[in-house]
Amino acid sequence: MRKASGDARISGMMLAFCQALLLFVLFGAWYVLTETGVLAPFFFGRPLKVLQVIWVWFSSGKIYPHLAITLLETILAFAVGSLLGLGIGLWLALSPLASKLADPYIKAMNAMPRVILAPIFAVWFGLGVTSKVALGVTLVFFIVFFNVYQGVNEVSPVVLANARMLGASKRQLLRYIYLPSATSWVFSSLHTSVGMAFVGAVVGEYLGSAKGVGYLILQAEGVFDIDTVIAGIFVLTVFALLLDYIVTRIETRLLVWRPKTAETEAM
Amino acid sequence: MTSAAPAAAAMGLENVTCAFAARGGGDQGRYIAVRDTSLTISAGEFVSVVGPTGCGKSTLLNVAAGLLAPSSGRALVHGVPLSGINTRAGYMFQSDALMPWRNTLDNVTAGLEFHGTAKADAVPNAREWLKRVGLAGFEDRYPHQLSGGMRKRVALAQMLILDPEILLMDEPFSALDIQTRQLMENELLELWSADRKSVLFITHDLEEAISLSDRVIVLSAGPETHPIGEFAIDLARPRDVAEIRMQRRFTEIHEAIWQVLKSEVLKGYAQSKR
Repeated sequence: MRKASGDARISGMMLAFCQALLLFVLFGAWYVLTETGVLAPFFFGRPLKVLQVIWVWFSSGKIYPHLAITLLETILAFAVGSLLGLGIGLWLALSPLASKLADPYIKAMNAMPRVILAPIFAVWFGLGVTSKVALGVTLVFFIVFFNVYQGVNEVSPVVLANARMLGASKRQLLRYIYLPSATSWVFSSLHTSVGMAFVGAVVGEYLGSAKGVGYLILQAEGVFDIDTVIAGIFVLTVFALLLDYIVTRIETRLLVWRPKTAETEAM
Repeated sequence: MTSAAPAAAAMGLENVTCAFAARGGGDQGRYIAVRDTSLTISAGEFVSVVGPTGCGKSTLLNVAAGLLAPSSGRALVHGVPLSGINTRAGYMFQSDALMPWRNTLDNVTAGLEFHGTAKADAVPNAREWLKRVGLAGFEDRYPHQLSGGMRKRVALAQMLILDPEILLMDEPFSALDIQTRQLMENELLELWSADRKSVLFITHDLEEAISLSDRVIVLSAGPETHPIGEFAIDLARPRDVAEIRMQRRFTEIHEAIWQVLKSEVLKGYAQSKR
């Protein structure tokens, strides 16, 4: 539903330019306010200092091992959480008894604020990668789990009956009908689950670690170096945008069969 | 009319009754959709079942397919009582039954894959069938990229590639516009006349039933649906469904069946209004 209003007709180039301008204006305002002392630099940082910190991080290469660790934790948390969610989701969705049995516990665990588990994971798994992955897994698992559960329950009964008439055994139904349907739901929640894996990694690092971008932020905060804290936040933001972009690319590849609202083909 | 001896029947229903738990549950007890229905289809015969909407036609077909176990009575395939899925039958559904995540070609090969044929061996066969239903060149399309008529053709190829002896069709063309529908009906007749499978065709469209079939069975309005009339269609084959409707004999048969069907349709309509 496109309205013929002025801002809907803005061209892509113009839009990108305006977005860049907005960023520039915000940065400029921040610069002016902190330089003139309206906002205290101690609390709000200095934009040029922040940029300098980021520059030093990347030019000296100091940031790379930390980024690598955070990325590793994100990917592991996503992979393990997704596989667990897919497996357990399929199992519970296809076995009504197990599903009824587990229902209150699943609900309780989902309702619990899982970030609070970080200290326990730190005690169990130490301050290394494993405890961050564990935290990320608890976040990713439920997203994937609920999507798989939904995916299995929303399989069209007609498609199912058709596959049975075509001779599909129980096992083949699982492989050719339930699994593709469930994975399509998992893919459609890819943005959220990758984002959650990232949150798990960074929050885990922030609460106690020896490496990672979250650790850098924690260190800087300890000495009231607000510039470095803000620099860390910027790096994480750009990194998250990059992850999101990659996910979008993967998604369009894997979900070609999904109908889009209006689709015409290029000539 | 139906002179076929039971032994020659490809498919039969014997005193089938289907009762469902009543929607409200409780006192009303059970809703009897189909009561005490028997019918047979001889080998190579095209039989249509017509009846008012909501009279339990699909229920009968699901019993014949083995998707639904009847409350009493039984389904027979070549004289053998059916248990589980009817593996000698192909089923064409009223609504879309293609796997949306598989493209046209993969949807057609699905049945062969389920039966253990290697994908690579199934592909040439599937291409051949897609050509036969007029969809050569559409192998890579996904169901949502096809029109309603094209999806029906894919479903037809998907069913026929397994070479079933019995075709069960549940108002397969009811969602199509009238032109596409007549084209599809002609194509179905052409494919059918090539190797004369036994067909049980469900429809609420009397004209469709007459123009396609050897025999038309009329069902009463639900609940407790049962057959109330049976008519042999003695129109010559091959037929063109668009032209056959102009023939005088067609009109006569239509008139005769409509006499029986009319009161049931009105009954069904009155019930649906309640």
